[in-house]
Amino acid sequence: MLVTNLAILVLAGFVGYAVISKVPNTLHTPLMSGTNAIHGIVVLGAIIVLGSGVGGWLSKLLLVIAVAFGTINVVGGFLVTDRMLGMFKAKREEPKQEAGE
Amino acid sequence: MILATFLQDPNFIRVLYIIAFGLFIYGLSGLTGPRTAVRGNQIAAVGMGIAVIATLLLPELGSNWVLIIVGVVIGTIVGVPAARQVKMTQMPQMVALFNGVGGGAVALIAWVEFRRSGGYQDTATYVTIFSLFAAIVGSVSFWGSNIAFGKLQEIIPGRPITLGRAQQFVNIALLAGAVACGVAIAGGSHAEILIIGLLVLAALLGNAVVLPIGGADMPVVISLLNAFTGLSAAATGVALNNTALIVAGMIVGASGTILTNLMAEAMNRSIPAIVRGGFGGVVTAGGTGDDGVEKTVRSTSAADAAIQMSYANRVVIVPGYGMAVAQAQHAVREMTKLLEAKGVEVAFAIHPVAGRMPGHMNVLLAEADVPYDQLKEMDDANGEFGRTDVSLVIGANDVTNPDAREKQDSPIYGMPILNVDESGSVIVLKRSMNSGFAGIDNPLFYNEKTAMLFGDAKSSVNEITEELKAL
Repeated sequence: MLVTNLAILVLAGFVGYAVISKVPNTLHTPLMSGTNAIHGIVVLGAIIVLGSGVGGWLSKLLLVIAVAFGTINVVGGFLVTDRMLGMFKAKREEPKQEAGE
Repeated sequence: MILATFLQDPNFIRVLYIIAFGLFIYGLSGLTGPRTAVRGNQIAAVGMGIAVIATLLLPELGSNWVLIIVGVVIGTIVGVPAARQVKMTQMPQMVALFNGVGGGAVALIAWVEFRRSGGYQDTATYVTIFSLFAAIVGSVSFWGSNIAFGKLQEIIPGRPITLGRAQQFVNIALLAGAVACGVAIAGGSHAEILIIGLLVLAALLGNAVVLPIGGADMPVVISLLNAFTGLSAAATGVALNNTALIVAGMIVGASGTILTNLMAEAMNRSIPAIVRGGFGGVVTAGGTGDDGVEKTVRSTSAADAAIQMSYANRVVIVPGYGMAVAQAQHAVREMTKLLEAKGVEVAFAIHPVAGRMPGHMNVLLAEADVPYDQLKEMDDANGEFGRTDVSLVIGANDVTNPDAREKQDSPIYGMPILNVDESGSVIVLKRSMNSGFAGIDNPLFYNEKTAMLFGDAKSSVNEITEELKAL
């Protein structure tokens, strides 16, 4: 199990390397924000540990916080990235109404 | 019943995980081009949805459903409005914050893992090691990101806060302490104080590493912490034997490391040098020159600037953090339109690390509906300053500093810059003669081609716009 997981770990590392190595500066912020959302996948870890049963109020409390943290990371991360990317436009069309501030 | 058996079949869940990380990779590759980026992000989000569903189907899940829902609801209530309402200028600190909570989740999971296994009793050693690694890195990432957030939000002063020479020693001691706690746990000690000590020492380390780093280096730090959180998520995945976590975490770890490197290269700095900190603290001479020559600056008015630009063939705008702070992007866009209506060719020259985050300027200008083909990256822009009549520098400083080319003892020597001084004339919009984030004097301001227009970037641009209308 360890060896299989290590193999996956190494391969995933190279995939990450290959995917990102050519990115225009323009997209650095959205890309950082997008990858940031993806590591919010730790919420799965929190759900698994909580759902497979823990005792004691402290452990439960810590995990509820962990689930909330992970959810913020995922939901917030994807939404923020989407908002940012929605603002990139190729050609000048008639100006849309500007985002509220 | 048959359906339930099928849905909870371990292989079915594994297939869902494979689909999920396939979508992550596909989505991420979409994120590398402006045309495909929106869809790429959405595809990755769909992947995340599938991964969550697959996890909820896991047969070992069976208790605490209410608590899971409570956690998800709290996270949604906090995360959605924050993401919806954050201003584009505050994007860097928002990313720092989202990154931090991810790291916090990792650290908390490791802590509970310790508690429920009675200090990793009857746990394979490698699981213990990966879990403890996740705990250290997650805690560092959580606290480091919060400090980065505080600095960018200006809750904490942006200038470096250091312990001076002792800094490096303290950092190493904290790291050694955290690792020592980990070694004791892996060696068979079950006292909970050890895991708490590990988390606290790592937390102090996160503070100690990020506090001495100046605001100018913050983008690199956030990117680095982003990569760290990814690695810690991957380690959690190994400890929990969860493929989705391993793949997603590792992809972020690897891509984040590269992104960090790209940013550091753009600033001509090495990551270790940034982490050692104190960059912004190397404050050299202020307004008067160290070569003994009295330097003078020429200031100009909005009316003069407007006239100068409207008679130019080509104007290049160099935006920086000052534009972001003043929320001037919409005003800049309006001014640009007027200039174009007068037949002036307008382009934006974007330094890779302008603002507080790479691409920060692009996002702001995109928000103001500036088409991205008008935004020139540094190499393209530098080829064209020679045929530019007027360069308008809006709240940018260090990225235009000729010392980076010429003065070997300058802290920023070697950093690639935008060669605005090659253009016919330069107009600098600036609040005052204060030095930039790196705290270094900028000879560009004393160049005879340069005229300074002092004031808030937004009101200066608005004044220029009014003058342009009147012309």
